[in-house]
Amino acid sequence: MPKNTVNILYLYPKEMNIYGDWGNVLTVGRRLQWHGYTPKIMQLHIGKKIPADIDIVIGGGGQDSGQGLVEADLQRHANDLHKLADDKVPMLVVCGLYQLFGRFFKTADDKQLKGIGLFALETHATNKRMIGNVIVDTPFGEVIGYENHSGKTVLDSSQASFGSVKKGAGNNGNDKTEGAVFNNAYGTYMHGSLLPKNPNFADELIKHAVEHSGQEFEPNVIDDLFADKARAIAKRRPR
Amino acid sequence: MPRKHTIAAGKLFRRLARLRGGGSALPGLLVEKLEPAFLSEALSQLPEGVILVSGTNGKTTTTKMISELLASSGLRVFTNGTGSNFTRGVVSALIESIERDGKLPYDIAMLELDEAHAVKFAEKVNPRFSVFLNVLRDQLDRFGEIDYTARLLGEVAKRTSDTVVLNYDDPLIKRLDKQLMPNASAVYFGAHENVRHLFPADDMMRTPAKPTPKANTAKSNQHTDVELCGFKDQIVGFRIGSKIYKTELKLSGFYNFLNAAAALTIVRQVQPRVGIDTWLKALSKVEPAFGRGERVLYHKQPIEFVLVKNPAGFRLALASAAGANNDEATMIAINDNFADGRDMSWLWDVDFTSLKEDGIAMISGIRAYDMALRMQYDSVTVGDIELDVARAFKTMLTKHSGKPMRIYCTYTAMLQLRRIAEKELHMKKAI
Repeated sequence: MPKNTVNILYLYPKEMNIYGDWGNVLTVGRRLQWHGYTPKIMQLHIGKKIPADIDIVIGGGGQDSGQGLVEADLQRHANDLHKLADDKVPMLVVCGLYQLFGRFFKTADDKQLKGIGLFALETHATNKRMIGNVIVDTPFGEVIGYENHSGKTVLDSSQASFGSVKKGAGNNGNDKTEGAVFNNAYGTYMHGSLLPKNPNFADELIKHAVEHSGQEFEPNVIDDLFADKARAIAKRRPR
Repeated sequence: MPRKHTIAAGKLFRRLARLRGGGSALPGLLVEKLEPAFLSEALSQLPEGVILVSGTNGKTTTTKMISELLASSGLRVFTNGTGSNFTRGVVSALIESIERDGKLPYDIAMLELDEAHAVKFAEKVNPRFSVFLNVLRDQLDRFGEIDYTARLLGEVAKRTSDTVVLNYDDPLIKRLDKQLMPNASAVYFGAHENVRHLFPADDMMRTPAKPTPKANTAKSNQHTDVELCGFKDQIVGFRIGSKIYKTELKLSGFYNFLNAAAALTIVRQVQPRVGIDTWLKALSKVEPAFGRGERVLYHKQPIEFVLVKNPAGFRLALASAAGANNDEATMIAINDNFADGRDMSWLWDVDFTSLKEDGIAMISGIRAYDMALRMQYDSVTVGDIELDVARAFKTMLTKHSGKPMRIYCTYTAMLQLRRIAEKELHMKKAI
């Protein structure tokens, strides 16, 4: 079967790209190419519309000011994003957008940024930053990343987490949970960038993206030696 | 004036620390404990006051330029030298230079401080002049957010008594002119529209670049006192006041040409009577600072060490090298020690496709495989990977002898490489 286009939507690249979040978009794009598909990257900017036929959604973290700018615009797309998630479109939102995919984020100056409630969780700013290398046990094996956030996220009891923390703080530093998952939509605090160093997880998202585009996922073998070595070293580094 | 017994004790601590082979932080700490007002007591003697330089990139080189320019105009300049851009480093440097009776035999102090220490310093000593270069993504694992870093510089701006020199083209820096002391004023430096696109802000990275205006319609920004107008190789054009000047610099890297504009702006404020020709002559003699584009010679071939700490700096360094168009062997050494920053995500905010054509000869450092992984995703071929920086460097020298080399390195890798080059292999500086 000939392999065709897969559409990637990159959320708010201007406001929400502070910790190498671009690396996740690049990784999905390149791996799609290496698997033989044609990635098409589309960007969502404030005030614009979400294009049709999106197969995967990726978004990153921003500063508090960037988050403020994005908050209202994201509400306009709440319905579309919910529909995409219900439709099993894979999503990865990191840090700032993870928080806004929950119900709300209460900032340090007691303002409430409204989220789109795709995940059943809420986040409260604290005066302590949780910073450092992270290792999380997930259904896709150990996921390795780097966290840097002051918001504490608490999941509702009904909300599944992405995984459980082996090293690092995760959602809040208390309950060992990290991230959240709904259908194929994942939220997490891990950047680093996350996907290049976790190719198993990257291919899981890619598989769902390819399937959503109406194609079968027939992967090629990708040489992930550098990723394996980078993971092994990252695991040994101090927090 | 500081107390004599503090100075005596400080000088003793320093000698002891030296004997133990330690750094300069501990004596500084002890002196501050003995006499909390030491810093302000020592510096308040200076007739021309203190200049403070801060910002994300270019502090060390700009500090060196300003110091040498002012020295050429006849001032005796005290400076905290290389890398020790913490308050305690300043105290330590003062202990070394201050006389036993408490006199500080200088006219002016030129201090380089990182953003957090700049605030701590300004709370103790109001600088007379401040120079703010840029605020870019750097060491977010230490500072958290860029907006926070900008706020820190705002605190310093508020405490500057005479003049604040600001980068007009960096929006986070430019807006600091809103929070000055009542009698203080702001003076700007910047880049002409022709070259401004070379210095993008972080949030412009993933948005389409604005088209560069045609040369005949590009505008000079008249709000700036000194403007970088253009350059060809090492010949650099500045508009200073209302006239255009050209000069040849020894410093390479076009980001240093903008730093030179900052240096010219501040020295014109400090010494308004000195003629522009004197400044330009001194500027043309300034050599690279420690590990910042420094070159050494090995079998007649230059090896250049380029310190990279953050995406903006790495991007500018790569763009500069791509412009130089030499047939060189390239090495990258990435460590993640505390001084380098532990977070590797910044590598994903640098575009390495300019290396695609020639590939990269060697990747080294603790996080060599993170760097190699980054290269894989930009389709850049990688020659060797050797985690040990010393071994990697020596392999480069045997495998690629006869070629010029460029080595991009994080801070602790730079220290290591420089030590090997100078102490072990006795390489001479090349200028």
